[in-house]
Amino acid sequence: MSEIAPQNSHVIEVRKLVKRFGLKTVLRGLDFQVQPGEFVALLGPNGAGKTTFLRILASLSRPSLGEVRIAGFHLPAQAAAVRRRLGVVSHLPLLYGDLTAEENLRFYARMYGVPALNERVAEVLELVGLANRRRDLVRTYSRGMQQRLAIGRAVLHDPEVVLFDEPHTGLDQDACNMLDGVLREVAARGRTVVMTSHDLSRAADLASRFDVLSRGVIAASLPRAEIDTRDLLAFYRQAAEGVVVA
Amino acid sequence: MSEEMRVVAGRVRAAQAGTGGFLRALLAVVWKDLAAELRSRELISAMLVFALLVILIFNFALELDPRTRSTVTSGVLWVTFAFAGTLGLNRSMAIEKDRGCLDGLLLAPVDRSAIYFGKAIGNLVFMLMVEAIVLPVYTVLYSVNLFHPGLILVIFLGSIGYTAIGTLLASMAVHTRTRDILLPILLFPVAIPVLIAAVKASAGFLEAIPLEEIMPWLNLIIAYDVIFIAVAFMVFDFIVEE
Repeated sequence: MSEIAPQNSHVIEVRKLVKRFGLKTVLRGLDFQVQPGEFVALLGPNGAGKTTFLRILASLSRPSLGEVRIAGFHLPAQAAAVRRRLGVVSHLPLLYGDLTAEENLRFYARMYGVPALNERVAEVLELVGLANRRRDLVRTYSRGMQQRLAIGRAVLHDPEVVLFDEPHTGLDQDACNMLDGVLREVAARGRTVVMTSHDLSRAADLASRFDVLSRGVIAASLPRAEIDTRDLLAFYRQAAEGVVVA
Repeated sequence: MSEEMRVVAGRVRAAQAGTGGFLRALLAVVWKDLAAELRSRELISAMLVFALLVILIFNFALELDPRTRSTVTSGVLWVTFAFAGTLGLNRSMAIEKDRGCLDGLLLAPVDRSAIYFGKAIGNLVFMLMVEAIVLPVYTVLYSVNLFHPGLILVIFLGSIGYTAIGTLLASMAVHTRTRDILLPILLFPVAIPVLIAAVKASAGFLEAIPLEEIMPWLNLIIAYDVIFIAVAFMVFDFIVEE
């Protein structure tokens, strides 16, 4: 299928998305749009469908109904074109413990057909601050270092969109701060970012827009400019409890 | 045309158009599996210890005279290979699942059958390595010469069929909580044709039966290999997607 994407102002466009697992409906006609360069924090209680939604955006799960377009390409029909433009970081590292950091990145670079592979791997290891540990096995890394390397893996092919599924899970305070630095660096390079999180204070520090996913739909959406981040908790609670906020 | 047919047709076209990318991804997966195993030796050592224990137990349990030994050899060998192979297939996919690496592979913009073939070739190499060690040990323990070119060919072809279907079913079983139990339950019934054919063909070569009597079994193994490789190519994408 052709990889010429139609012109569109939204880099992510989701309309009437429904996802069912057997009799259980997780997403119920969800609508979601993201402009290029936005950093969207997707908030929501446990079981709201955040991970399911991100897995659909990542082409790891098929929508039951509805339309999903990323960088102008339809899912699931143009999944390969979408994957080429997408980086994903989940709370699992997606890395091989018995390979070194460099070997892991070289492996994924081959899978993505990254040109000038050696230079790009070295550049990414510098970006995530692991150049001096590049020859160590990943299983000897701390959780925070693994998560930084996971971000390196996700941006290796220079994707337009990066999805983060609760990237702070299981990290201590220092590791979280270090991870935030890498997240800011990723966003500062003009990439569009969607991040699910339970941590409102970190989301408030990083995101340019806050969306609350509740009961399978986007219950509220506010740009950072329209909310004092001190009011974020109240905004989140109202949205999660079903009170229409925006 | 149904959606599934369109997706398969699209994948065939994509594979034809992007043979370079397909091969690059396939080789990357094989390299990754071999490099990781070379470091950990987790899979090979488990398979090997298990295989050696099985032939040792059979050796003591059966207490056979030299003539009977040659007649049971093919059965004992294939039971050993099948059980050890299942252990390796389970572990190979579990490594991918436990750290989320299977998602990492599925996120790559390559035809997903390249991932299947990469995993299957890796599993085949591990199985052949175990078989290469088991054969001389068996020869010493049972005083039966197994270094017959025909037998080696049967072991090679039989292992291809076993890992082809085993890798596909392991990809299904790995998503379940009972994957360790589920894989043998799924695999053995489906693998029966190739196992029976391999046992018969192996026995034929060991007992020096004329080649024309062995050929139907060899042909059955080859047909099984071709059919299950083709089936895996067509359905792997649907098996790994939610």
